[in-house]
Parts: sequence; C-alpha cells; structure tokens
Amino acid sequence: MNHPVAAAKFNEDAARTQWHDEALWFVRQKRDRASRTIPEWEALREQASQIKAHVLANLDTYLEEFERNARANGVQVHWAQDAEEHNRIVHSILKRHGVRKLVKSKSMLTEECHLNPYLEAQGIEVIDTDLGERIVQLARQAPSHIVMPAIHFRKEEIGELFHDRLGTEAGNADPQYLTEAARQHLRAQFLSADAALTGVNFAIAETGGFVVCTNEGNADLGAHLAPVHIACMGLEKIIPRAEHLGVFLRLLARSATGQAITTYSSHFHRPRPGTEMHIVLVDNVRTEHLAREDFRAALKCIRCGACMNTCPVYRRSGGHSYGYVVPGPIGAILAPARDLKTYATLPFASTLCGSCSDVCPVKIDIHTQLYKWRQVVTEAGFLPREKRLMLRLAGRLFKYPHLYQAAGRWGRRLLRKLPRRMLYTPLNAWGRARELPEPPRQSFREWYIENRKPE
Amino acid sequence: MSSRSDILAALRRNKPPQSPLPDLTPRPEIPSGALEATFLQALELAGGRFFVSSPEHSVSQALAEAYPAERVICSAMPALVQGTVDLHRITDPHHLASVDLFVCRGTFGVAENAAIWVDERQIGHRAAPFLAQHLAIVLNRQEIVPTMHEAYARLSVAEPGFGVFIAGPSKTADIEQALVIGAHGPRSLTVVLMDENDTVRT
Repeated sequence: MNHPVAAAKFNEDAARTQWHDEALWFVRQKRDRASRTIPEWEALREQASQIKAHVLANLDTYLEEFERNARANGVQVHWAQDAEEHNRIVHSILKRHGVRKLVKSKSMLTEECHLNPYLEAQGIEVIDTDLGERIVQLARQAPSHIVMPAIHFRKEEIGELFHDRLGTEAGNADPQYLTEAARQHLRAQFLSADAALTGVNFAIAETGGFVVCTNEGNADLGAHLAPVHIACMGLEKIIPRAEHLGVFLRLLARSATGQAITTYSSHFHRPRPGTEMHIVLVDNVRTEHLAREDFRAALKCIRCGACMNTCPVYRRSGGHSYGYVVPGPIGAILAPARDLKTYATLPFASTLCGSCSDVCPVKIDIHTQLYKWRQVVTEAGFLPREKRLMLRLAGRLFKYPHLYQAAGRWGRRLLRKLPRRMLYTPLNAWGRARELPEPPRQSFREWYIENRKPE
Repeated sequence: MSSRSDILAALRRNKPPQSPLPDLTPRPEIPSGALEATFLQALELAGGRFFVSSPEHSVSQALAEAYPAERVICSAMPALVQGTVDLHRITDPHHLASVDLFVCRGTFGVAENAAIWVDERQIGHRAAPFLAQHLAIVLNRQEIVPTMHEAYARLSVAEPGFGVFIAGPSKTADIEQALVIGAHGPRSLTVVLMDENDTVRT
C-alpha cells in the first residue's frame, strides 16, 4: 500500500474531500466541548495513561487473574496466538453449535483477523449489526474509521445501496428513513441468529467480566437473544479493577463522539442460564509490539478515534488511504509494527503537528512515535527512491558549510531569474499547490556578517 | 494450552518495567443540590425525557399519557405499573420483540451523563430493555450520584451476571453524522423520578 498515492486519489474529488474534512472536524469540536465540561479532564487523561502503563507492565498476571475469575463465572476462555488461531477457535465454537447465522457487533479485532471472509468460506452467514459496519459490509468495503465506519459515504450513496440491497424506495436518502429500514432489517437478523459475537472495550481482571459500549444497542440485542456469545479481545484490553472503569468510561465517549457516555455500557459477567459465553484472548503480534520500548505505549489505545478526527491528514485523505484496519495517526504507529515494508509510507502520513497526542485520552505520544517510525523505515531502506536521493543530497549539503552557502546564494539568484516553467516542474512537489517563497536578498548569515562586525 | 503458555511467556519476556497505579482521589465534587438538575440536563442531551411522579400523578397515569398508542406493555414492576403481558410467563426472550413499552426499575443514576444502572435482576430477561420499542425506567430521585467514580464505588459490578448503564434511547449517527433516535433498540427512553417514600410504598 502507498498512502500518498491513495490520498491523491481521494483528493481528486475536491468537494468530497472538503466535506469529509468538515464532517470529521465537526466531531472533533464536539469532543472539545465535551472535554471542557470536566474540569479535571487533564488529570483523568493522566490517570488513564498511568493505569494503562501499569497494565502493560503486568499484562501476564492480570490476564491470568482475569482468566481465573472469568472461568469461575462460568465463562470459557480461549487463547489465540495469531489471527489464524483466533478464526479457528471462533469457527470451532460455531461449528459445535451448528451455527448458520452469526450476528456481530463492532470489533476491530475481528477485522484485523479477517474473521468474516474466513467464516463465510465455511458457509456461515455473518451479519455486521452496527449500522455503519452494515453499510460498509453491504457495499463490500472495509470500515474507513474505527468509530464511524461509514463516515466516507454520502447519504445518497447509502440510499442507493439500501435500495439495491434492502429494497428501500429509489432516491430516498433521508437518514431517518434509511435508519428505520436498517432497524427492521437488523432486528430480523437478531431474532434469527444462532450466535452473537461482540468486541470488548474493557476486561476487568478483578472480576473476570467485560464491558461493551454501543449507542445502538446492537451488541446487547445480539448477545441476549442468541444461545452463544463469543467476545473477542486483544490482550491489551485488560484493566485491573472495576473502579478503573470510572476513569475510562468518562473519557471514552467524550473523546470519541463528544457524548458524555455511550447509550449502553454493558457489563457481562456470567452467561444466561442455558447459554454459553466465550472469551477469546488474542495476541496477534501484540507481545512483539510490547517489546519495542519506543512504540509499546501505542498498546494503551482505547480505540476512541479522536486522533483521526483531529488529524489534518486523515481528514483530507480518508480512512481507506491508510490500507490498514485501524487508520489515522494511531493506525500509522500500529501498522508498521506488523509489517514495516507494507506500511512504510504510513509514518509519513502526518504533519507532526502533534494534535493527535493532544487529544489522546490515554496520552499516547503518537506524533513522537510517528517521527521515530520514520527513522526505522529509513534505516530499513524502505524510503521511496526520490526521497532517499533528496535526503542524501541534503546530507551532503549540510556537511560542507561552503557548499551550503554557495547553494543558498545560487538558489536565491536562480529563483528570481528562472522562468516559471523551469521552477514548477514535476520534481517540485511543494509547487504543485503552492507558490514558492519570495527569495530574500541575502541570507541571515550574510546580514549578520554585515551588521555585527566584531568591534 | 500451548498458546496460553507461549503468550504468557512472551509477555513476561517483553513487558516494560514496573509502573504504579495512580491514586484516583481526590476528586472535585458536584454539589449534591445540583445533582438532579445536572442529571436531567444530561438526560435531555442524551435524547431521553422524564417526568416526576407524585401521589396526584401516578406512574401508570403518566406513562399512559406519554405512550397513548402503545398497546403491549410489559412491566418488571407490576405493583407500580400493570402491564398487558406478564414478564414471568415469557420464557423465550425472542417473544419480547412484540413489546411496545417495557417498564423497569433503575438502581441509581449518574448526574454527569444521565446513565442509569439496570441490573438483570430488575428486568427478568436481559434482552427486555433493548428489544422493547420504548423503555421507561423508574428511578428514586434520591439515588443520583455525581460521576462514574461514585457509581463504581457503590456498585458490586460482578454481583449480577449482567448489568448495564443506560443513557437515553438507542441512537446512531452513522449516516452522514445525522443523529437518528431509535437505531435497533428503544425509540424512546422515559425516566420516571419518584420520591423515596413513594418508591417504598410501591
């Protein structure tokens, strides 16, 4: 994948890019308003960050504690080293129960593991039940945002899609009407599903329970009706005690959508009588990521999406341009830990403005990590050729002061003299959308020598 | 079991140095006099509505006015509100899909976000408050805590097999960020505030 190429494609439709930018900025503003209602907001972020740091330092013991308590609660706990094992475990549970239809609530982990195509290949019908996820599933796409999966769709496109797939009336793009149609369609799915799968927002070591947050109620409608509930979670979702939920639930929805809390914060501890509850704990490169000192803080992420909504690059390039299940700034520091070569362009999809780190509710040093990933990418030799060339050239230039001064003199002169068509060539990436600066008469060094001659 | 031991071994090998848990106290207080007003304001923002019941204006009466067209009413508080279907006679939660209005008790509310704790022991079926077309929660107006911190301080979260904070009706903004109330769950939430004495009586 190549972020600049994909972003350029997204940018071809200028009006749409503008709309996308504004839609996300609107969410960012809601987040700002919500955070300002809490005077102790910054203290909360600090606490959340420290709790997560503590968890990362004790993941082994907390996971064991969680497993012990969950088992005592009558929940079956499974461990999966990678995506393949996770998919196999889920399938074996479904197979044992003869499941033909599975309803799923939002789970970025199962996206990461490509569970849907795996199960579909085994003949199981998989229905994503979050409205945004259902939209992208019907359109045979991937989510473009982790909280608002269909944020890249215009309502007219959803109207057409629903007309095609759900039989809504042609040309009707009213969100109220379309949501009502999805409601009827999805309630029928909940009522006829053989099993439900949910993600996990937080798993509590102390009690062996887990919390799932939704606005639609789709996780609950699935889990409370089907005879089997499977919850899939990455290892890092664990928190020590229930009291820590107070910190995280205050931060999560405010950071994500600007709501004070999601409509439903569901706490699962034991299966309903006569039904089964399973938890799949998934590693899938997380333990390796934990070993990277510079990058392990990325595992603190609670998946609120605030870094995406605020990112000037994400807003103008769209989630699909990242080519990874988690897009945006946090995706750009998670993806390279999985496959440096494939995702080598992602750490460069940033202006390093630092807004992502400022809004992050668990205070991940996102922009610092982006900067550090750039060095890793460069050292591994995955920089594009022209960038490598330019950097080598710049390196030489900075090494020899006389060369640097001469280049400056010539540059200032040539910029004034050369015709436009020689300056604004395809090599001049800056000049594609901007004017070059007016060259000054002299450099600062020349001015200094002239004005500050030693007495 | 080998994946389990491999994962745990990798975690022990790779985990960062110790880092202490933060102290979660002290916290700023919302003055207790402002709790109900803050709660109601948050409820309105979350798309919920409310009324205060009194001896002159009973819960049943008020709900009948708020939901005049709803015919199938299921109540988890039959002494307070009489339903048209008996919750205890429903064995399969799928049958709750035809319920127009579900009425249940909330344990307590949270002022900062209007979340109300509902425990499975108060609802008969876990699916009930999600599957009904409309939801009414009866709340003792003295039972409102300032923030989620106080909420978890008073909660034995693992005591029920399932418990949920509910803040407003089911909603979505997945189509062009347009807020639509009534995604898959209840199309409305009505909170009935009662005085302590009234709740005791019922």
